[in-house]
Amino acid sequence: MMGQDSRTDVSARLIRGLSLLLVLLCWQLLAWKVADPLLPSPIAVVQSLVHHLREGELLHHLLKTLMRVTAAFVIAMVIGVAVGLWMGRSRTANLALDSILVVMLNMPALVTAILCFIWIGLNETAAVLAVALNKIPTTITNIREGARALDTQLLQVGEVYKVPRLLTLRKIVLPQLYPYIMASARSGLALIWKIVLVIELLGRSDGVGFKLGTFFQFFDLTSVLAYTAAFAAVVLAIEALVLRPLDRRLNGWRS
Amino acid sequence: MIPLQVSLKHKRHEGRAADTLSALEFKLAAGEFAAIVGPSGAGKTTLLKIIAGLDTRFEGRIGLAPETRLGFVFQEPRLLPWLSVADNLRLVKPDLDDDALEASLLRVGLAGQSRSYPLKLSGGMQRRVALLRAFLIRPELLLLDEPFISLDAPTAESLYTLLLDLRADIHPTTLLVTHDLREALALSDRILFVSKSPARVILDHSVNLPQRRRRDDACVAQAQAALLAEHPELLTGLSTVSPGAARTLLESV
Repeated sequence: MMGQDSRTDVSARLIRGLSLLLVLLCWQLLAWKVADPLLPSPIAVVQSLVHHLREGELLHHLLKTLMRVTAAFVIAMVIGVAVGLWMGRSRTANLALDSILVVMLNMPALVTAILCFIWIGLNETAAVLAVALNKIPTTITNIREGARALDTQLLQVGEVYKVPRLLTLRKIVLPQLYPYIMASARSGLALIWKIVLVIELLGRSDGVGFKLGTFFQFFDLTSVLAYTAAFAAVVLAIEALVLRPLDRRLNGWRS
Repeated sequence: MIPLQVSLKHKRHEGRAADTLSALEFKLAAGEFAAIVGPSGAGKTTLLKIIAGLDTRFEGRIGLAPETRLGFVFQEPRLLPWLSVADNLRLVKPDLDDDALEASLLRVGLAGQSRSYPLKLSGGMQRRVALLRAFLIRPELLLLDEPFISLDAPTAESLYTLLLDLRADIHPTTLLVTHDLREALALSDRILFVSKSPARVILDHSVNLPQRRRRDDACVAQAQAALLAEHPELLTGLSTVSPGAARTLLESV
């Protein structure tokens, strides 16, 4: 059984790797055929990536962006879970906040960004807040669904045995919300990555978004793709090193 | 140990035309073990929820101090699946140290299971944990809502023994809800028979049988036969019993 599993595992990896390789190969062939600086080959992109890592400030900008992503992500998750839980459990809260939520959900990222930069100023706070504001409503919507589906029978156990509120939250309520929180974290990270670059392009003088803006002005597509590759690597690393292990830990009791 | 006084005037579930419970009154002495027997849907679970404070939308009075230590064993074990047995127990008793934990698990026949997750345990074992959880807080009042439902006979019998053993230390005033007359006769000192919804007490029966009897004992079977011979309407056709007839029933006991 184990042998079978590891064999399927190996072949699964092989398929994943091969498909990626095939895409790269096609890209490389196409780049050779076209031979135009506006379609850099994969090899050129890798060379550029190494160059930016060695000479340029890729790490500096990547780190800046990463910090903004982290701050916005944490703020959005904490506020989103708290408000979502509240709206899911209290009819009054839901009635009071629902229309605001719908407006917020449909607010274009560009509008929140412009408003934040004009009202707060072209600074870090405005940038992080603008990103967080885009993520908070979707988190609220997700968590609200989870809060509505909480198991009354288990909540009654806490009530009968007079389990303190904070302990009830940690041991009875949050574990039921973990699937919703994880789903929200995954989609949230994706959304935040996308928005943070736009915000950096608009109102910051560092970060990946700012650099991409600069390369855009010089039509330096090789560098654009090099930065994108570095970025993709970070996303994959977060998924593999943070989200997947966390998922396994939280779901340990199921196996 | 505390007495329990219940006097309910009305309880109606939202959107229902008729009362689930009305004019239901009884009193349990401190340390007494009483059973409530009645047909399914009579509102027995609702009654326990009201006594436990889980349902506050009713008219009437429950004579129970809010700080009463209350143990509740539900129809399903209701353990938190993401917490180990130890953490499930510590949820209700945070100061439970490892030695006390192991000792109490040994007591209920679950030695070495402290780190198991509930879903890995059999139904009978989960119910043992649920019983232990109720007793760990040293309850003054113990409410049992058909806790032995859908168990095979030997498992149920072993849980009866466990319940009586645990009860012998602390003697909580106990109210068992069941629709199984045999179970009520085997466990309790007193049986309150209730009618179909809206439930009212139609017979208050004292059980005078030897202590520590088993469900299959001849004395239990005889008591059951005698009760049903004397009151054939007790478990069936309860809807036809009018309040007046119920009063005569009560007086005839």
